[in-house]
Amino acid sequence: MELDPILLARLQFAFTVSFHIIFPTFTIGVAAYLATLEVLWGWTGAERYKRLAAFWTKIFAVSFAMGVVSGIVLSYQFGTNWSRFSATVGNVVGPLIGYEVFTAFFLEATFLSVLLFGGDRVPRWLHVFSGVAVAVGTALSAFWILSANSWMQTPVGYTMQSGVAYPADWFAIVFNPSFPYRLAHMLNASLLTGGFVVLAVGARYLLANRHVEESHTMLRMAILLTAVLAPLQLIIGDQHGLNTLAHQPTKVAAMEAHWDGSRPGDFEIFAWPDEKTESNLFSISIPHGSSLVLTHEWNGLFPGLKDVAPQDRPPVKNVFFGFRIMLAIGFYMIAAALFGALLWWRGRLFETRWYLKIIANTWWVGFVAVIAGWVVTESGRQPWIVQGVMRTADAISPVPAGSILTTLILFVLVYLTVFSFGAYFISRLITRGMVAAEHPEKTPRLATGHPTFES
Amino acid sequence: MDVATLLPLIWAVLIGVAVVFYVILDGFDLGIGMLFPFAKDDAERDRMLSAIAPFWDGNETWLVLGGGGLLVAFPRAYAIIMPAFYLPVMVMLLALVFRGVTFEFRAMAQRKPFWNVVFAAGSTIAGFCQGLILGGLVQGIDIADGAFVGGPFDWATPFGLVCGLGVVAGYGLLGATWLMMKTGGDMARRAATKAKVLLLAVLVFMAAVSIFTPLEFPRISERWFVLPNLYYLSPVPILTALVAFAAWRFIAAQREVAPFLAAVALFLLGYLGLVISTFPYIVPPDLTIWDAAASPSSQTFMLIGTLVLLPFVLGYTALTYWLFRGKVGESAAYH
Repeated sequence: MELDPILLARLQFAFTVSFHIIFPTFTIGVAAYLATLEVLWGWTGAERYKRLAAFWTKIFAVSFAMGVVSGIVLSYQFGTNWSRFSATVGNVVGPLIGYEVFTAFFLEATFLSVLLFGGDRVPRWLHVFSGVAVAVGTALSAFWILSANSWMQTPVGYTMQSGVAYPADWFAIVFNPSFPYRLAHMLNASLLTGGFVVLAVGARYLLANRHVEESHTMLRMAILLTAVLAPLQLIIGDQHGLNTLAHQPTKVAAMEAHWDGSRPGDFEIFAWPDEKTESNLFSISIPHGSSLVLTHEWNGLFPGLKDVAPQDRPPVKNVFFGFRIMLAIGFYMIAAALFGALLWWRGRLFETRWYLKIIANTWWVGFVAVIAGWVVTESGRQPWIVQGVMRTADAISPVPAGSILTTLILFVLVYLTVFSFGAYFISRLITRGMVAAEHPEKTPRLATGHPTFES
Repeated sequence: MDVATLLPLIWAVLIGVAVVFYVILDGFDLGIGMLFPFAKDDAERDRMLSAIAPFWDGNETWLVLGGGGLLVAFPRAYAIIMPAFYLPVMVMLLALVFRGVTFEFRAMAQRKPFWNVVFAAGSTIAGFCQGLILGGLVQGIDIADGAFVGGPFDWATPFGLVCGLGVVAGYGLLGATWLMMKTGGDMARRAATKAKVLLLAVLVFMAAVSIFTPLEFPRISERWFVLPNLYYLSPVPILTALVAFAAWRFIAAQREVAPFLAAVALFLLGYLGLVISTFPYIVPPDLTIWDAAASPSSQTFMLIGTLVLLPFVLGYTALTYWLFRGKVGESAAYH
């Protein structure tokens, strides 16, 4: 069988980037949480903030390390796997990545060291400052890499000369049309992801009657955050969708599995989009639903998949199902956060055990939603690597398929190993709890199932 | 000199400096990983890790800056070098993944021997791959129409092997002399013993490369052995010999800081030698820094950012090394 280097390179990149995105998503959210805790500690001097900050710093450190090492891989894959992409649009995309390294990576590395190893060597203000600096670093990193990604979705501010992109207007490039929406959507998603993990950990401790004071703090802070941001995400997402409709209508058509642009779009609650017959099988839909959301009119029209040739369409199923998974989780988040806020208002948040049990088990929802969302936007851009400028198939490196397959297998093996250990260690940190975060050697083992080291 | 001539030159210097920072900084922490199997016990390994734990992440960021800088300033070189060294680059990255997570994982693990092996293997393989890439670059890359046209194993030559081993020995030397500086007592003495062996190995590899490259590559012998270059360049090997001698004396005398500085000087001289051999080619033997340069607009845009941000980056780096100065005590456990 002839191996297809394009497919292999895409699989490899999809795998490494999906693995990577888990960690920055989480660390952006947790860094913001840590910064808040550090500031509250610096301000009030309350010990529970310090204990919480120390605990979450350990979890942050493990995730951050995995984010760093998997991110370095990506910065080289642009060259190893997508060298023609780099040669063609490097003039434009390169500096955006360069700015990320300069503004974010060194900042993060330095002040994370202060947080982890500073201890008594540094004054309290520097500790607090470091927490804020790390959070700023993670957000700056998101700023630049999302600018680069958004430019690939909505390229502007450049000219093509003999097949190579040259920058014409840097402001237009950095603040390209989809960038503000994508940045807001992703930063908010990171905060929500972190928020639901904090919610879950707080609920888990409370259910086990451990770290009660800290659990209350975690639950209150996370409910406050998610009750505001989860509904906000729906609005940002809607605006992002309208922006996509203006610039990448085919992506939206795939999200809605909308084939015929001459008819109003129904919202498919479930369907099996069939690319051969160009129709949806097993469809359960809300008539005119998509038209209402996208055009705000009952009979509003928007482009369908059939408006472009089959070879210019994205893989519809990825985009369609990715969108539905993201949307379902988004609605779950809104419901969980608002219901939590209602319980809090009624004064029953800490006693409603069935609710705590649910949120203790949905720490993962943000991660799944983020990956699903990235599948929507990245698959939805296909067959282009840079929308309308360069096709993915033309971007690949002159590397034999065997090399790509070999390293793909290695990546899968290495990442799954590292991921398993990382997940195991993080879950053990959570099981051990907060005293453990500061004095691991003094922690009794939890093997007995009787966590008794509350202090 | 016009802008289109000057900018690539400035960027070549900047990337050259970033590579120097990377090689020296990550060099000593990779080197300590290579010395892991030769440590006395796990307590000593704990101290070795403590001596580098606050620094490794920042050190490795220079690698991203080197790769990212190449993409920014010389996208055509980046687009040739990365596919040409596809396998060594990928294996290096995977090795760095393993060793990077060890810092966190080993501290939490009950089975330390497993992570000791992972850390040592990851560090050694990463350094070795970097040497292979260096060797492959000096040998030259087959290109046509601005793209790589060679095979996937072009870098696998005896010369590449020598460079790989040379980099491993060099990083080991940096690591051993770093330990002489950051620890004391018996541990520093044991590090000195290793540093001596590694210094001899480094000198052998440097001599091998210095003899082999002019013989094999006429472009390199023309650079060094033509008058009047011979006069200008002769201080390089002479200085190298003097520094090597000084390094030996410093190590033998158990000095604290001087051995590390001498090892750094040795690296700088070796690097200077390679730059002299290859400049102005960024992808020998065909592509110069001017052929591979990004558009002047891109180089200028990034240069402005660099001029503003580089002082901050250097400041952060200095801050970290200043905050975590001093020796690592015997009881120092990783955070």
